Amino acid sequence: MLTYLVRRATMAVVVMMIVSVICFVLSNVAYDPAVGIAGAQATDEDVALIRKTYGFDRPLVVRFVEYLDNIATGDLGTSYLSKRPVIEMILERLPVTALLAVLSMALALLIALPLGSAAALWPNTIIDRFVQLLAVAGQAIPNFWAGLLLIVVFGVQLRWLPISGSTTYAHFVMPAITLGTFAMPPLMRLVRAGMIEVLASDYIRTARAMGIRPFQLTFKYALKNAVLPVISLSAVQLGFMLGGSIVVESIFALNGVGYLAWQSMTRSDMPVIQAIVLMISMIYIVLTLLADLLNAYMDPRLRGSRK
Amino acid sequence: MTSQASVSTVEVAEEPIVKRLGFWQKALAHRTFVFSGIILLAITLVAIFAPLIAPFDPYFQDIASRLKPPFWHDTTVAEHLLGTDQLGRDYLSRLIYGARISMAIAVAATLMSAIIGITLGLVAGYFGGWIDTAISTVITTRLSMPIILIALAVVAIVGPSLTVVIVVLGLLLWDQFAVVTRVATQQVCARDYVTAARVLGSSLPHILFKEILPNIRAPLMVVATVEMAQAVLLEAALSFLGLGVQAPLPSWGLMLSEAKTSMFFSPWLIVLPGSCLFVLALAINLMGDAMRDLTAGGRG
Amino acid sequence: MLLEVRDLHVTLPDQGQQLRAVRGIDLEVAAGETLCLVGESGCGKSMTALALMQLLPRNAKLSAQTVRLGETELTKLPERKMSALRGRKISMIFQEPMTALNPVFTIGDQLRSVYRRHTGANKQEAQARAIEVLESVGLTNAAVRLGQFPHQLSGGLRQRVLIAMALMCEPEMIICDEPTTALDVTTQAQILRILKDAQDKRKMGMIFITHDLGVVARITDRVAVMYAGRIVEIGPRAAVLQNPAHPYTRGLIGSVPRPKDESAEGARLASIPGNVPAFHREDQRCPFLSRCPKRMDVCTREAPPKRTRHGDQYVFCHLPLEEQEVQPA
Repeated sequence: MLTYLVRRATMAVVVMMIVSVICFVLSNVAYDPAVGIAGAQATDEDVALIRKTYGFDRPLVVRFVEYLDNIATGDLGTSYLSKRPVIEMILERLPVTALLAVLSMALALLIALPLGSAAALWPNTIIDRFVQLLAVAGQAIPNFWAGLLLIVVFGVQLRWLPISGSTTYAHFVMPAITLGTFAMPPLMRLVRAGMIEVLASDYIRTARAMGIRPFQLTFKYALKNAVLPVISLSAVQLGFMLGGSIVVESIFALNGVGYLAWQSMTRSDMPVIQAIVLMISMIYIVLTLLADLLNAYMDPRLRGSRK
Repeated sequence: MTSQASVSTVEVAEEPIVKRLGFWQKALAHRTFVFSGIILLAITLVAIFAPLIAPFDPYFQDIASRLKPPFWHDTTVAEHLLGTDQLGRDYLSRLIYGARISMAIAVAATLMSAIIGITLGLVAGYFGGWIDTAISTVITTRLSMPIILIALAVVAIVGPSLTVVIVVLGLLLWDQFAVVTRVATQQVCARDYVTAARVLGSSLPHILFKEILPNIRAPLMVVATVEMAQAVLLEAALSFLGLGVQAPLPSWGLMLSEAKTSMFFSPWLIVLPGSCLFVLALAINLMGDAMRDLTAGGRG
Repeated sequence: MLLEVRDLHVTLPDQGQQLRAVRGIDLEVAAGETLCLVGESGCGKSMTALALMQLLPRNAKLSAQTVRLGETELTKLPERKMSALRGRKISMIFQEPMTALNPVFTIGDQLRSVYRRHTGANKQEAQARAIEVLESVGLTNAAVRLGQFPHQLSGGLRQRVLIAMALMCEPEMIICDEPTTALDVTTQAQILRILKDAQDKRKMGMIFITHDLGVVARITDRVAVMYAGRIVEIGPRAAVLQNPAHPYTRGLIGSVPRPKDESAEGARLASIPGNVPAFHREDQRCPFLSRCPKRMDVCTREAPPKRTRHGDQYVFCHLPLEEQEVQPA
């Protein structure tokens, strides 16, 4: 198992390097940072002056090393628009996005686990068909549309929930539902498939032959066997959610990292954009690595003998 | 990596997908295939024949008739079956032309990403060794960066337009094609007829395209549907955020964005385009499921 | 009579048709008695066992005049009540020990669960009982084993654990479906001994399914030979093994010298040309018709009658009784 971990970690590091190269290219090559700092009104001389002052005329490799060095010390650049350090701006908003992601994940699992199990327990019945339909529909709904519909129904017509801002927990309900429906279908399918396989296994047959009650059989025994891949997928989904939060946050005006990303993109605030892309990619890489590790840890067979 | 594990195991048939006739017989008996097929066919036809079907010019603004509701309200205007939007444009016509945009993007982006992904997968699977490692690293890198972020970032730099959206999506959606093709190629390469072809001295392109590719058609078609649905929804999301197709083009996603301000009093403005997106994505996904059923089981 | 089965039928859907796996069999097992069910694969013996436990797949159909365990009629029981009997009054162990234990739970967890489910005991009591039973099946260092996971045990040890699990609640009846087939010969002998000891101590009824004549010779009191969903011969061990009456039984025992149980050890059933047929339609005729070397005209028309030999050996065959008498060697 150790070799596996080492290989995985190495791959993760390599990918991180490539991602940072891509982000560097995005912010310094595809886009002229001198122009960005100077602003729209600047003259050519202003731009040239800025280029010299900030050292944008130095070789790319030198600048890349400096870029990496900056990241290591936590300097992710300065926003063209607000002139504030990007890292500050991101960290301010990270709690909101993190809360949204966690709530959405919790919601998705809360639906996926019981429904997926139910579908596996009674395959090819109405319950199963309903669950499968839900999964397919959930994957086809554009999640921003779902958000808009929720706003119209629950925010305006029924006036149950607030529709914008991020001040109270109530503000997170509709966004969490919207983002949760995005993550739920693949999880539900995985739970269903996993449970079907587990329920057909020899060890479940043994438990049944020994008289274990169906409820305990499903939810204590079978689920624990089926849940391992679900945990992996959840980590991956969590990563996707960080990307998907852009849309949801901008609809509901939640002041999170996604909203910041969108604002920056409409205004071409490159330092912020590349920093967010970098950060989210890194988080995603770490999450998948953790998921693999957790998977390996939780399966006693992979862990190596304990006693 | 785990993200690759999310692709269901690829099963490559020993023989190419059943003889044509047998396939169609099974397909037409498969309820989901027929259901989704009809919907897709209908939408495709609507997209192709839009100029003939649409009652109005989708760009024509008639401010006097703005925000008229569809036919199921009482205050409707007879000529605008599905009402008008905030600039007085006929909604039905815009929805019809919107089908063109969605289908065009879906097909173009998927085609582009298919070419990129399949090529990468074939090369990685056939040659193995460091080439495979290099390509796998590229795939993993691509998988580590959420598509929507990258797409938005690139569009933000380059400037939004329909073409840009197609190209960007085409350059980002190839990952599943590559993953599936690579695995399938590895399986196929282990089989005898490829070795036979090699021994006979067949050229590399010949082996790749004539021997390997026809045998991995089945799982690739399933992947194509998945990516197509993704393309549709991604374009809609990009346009919704203002960084995709630009006004006055009638992209369904853009229409949803334009409707944001008026949606509280004119809910049909968001119900209709959203439903169209939902139906299209649903039909594509169902078709993918049907194809998975048809090409997986019953291989003899 | 501990277990009584009359006219058991099991039907399974099989690619659009109904496969009749078990076609009307009668069985009886007394307390403390072992009955061996032998036959080729596909003859319906496993299905019979599952039917007794009411563990058939959901789409299978079971019908019987009676399946009576003690005072309880099993066919009339709702699943809830049947579940309470499984592991408590009647237990079953299966063929493949490597996959029969849940890999993510400890041995102790799995054993204790069974005990607590049926007796409501607390964790300590269950733990004590588990140690006791593990030791009775010959597992040393039981307390340590309870904390281990299945993958840390060999196949033989796992099968012992499974036997222990089956015995946790002192059942009256135990069904063993080829429990030693997947194990090596030495382990086989040990497992058989454990089962026999357990049975003697507890006066359990035991149904043992196997295709190994050596096993039959060692542990059984009575033998039932199954073919294509029917029992063709049933009787005491010595009688059936030494004086088989049915052509099929004779074919199975083949060239094995008849007397002396011990020398039949390790003997496998001889092969008979042809395959066990599957029955989709009602067919009362002799199931062995297609492969019987003594086939007669009447066999193709009528169901074979049940004939009695020496009081407690029964054969379903058209052959005249005198013909069935084997010439002494």
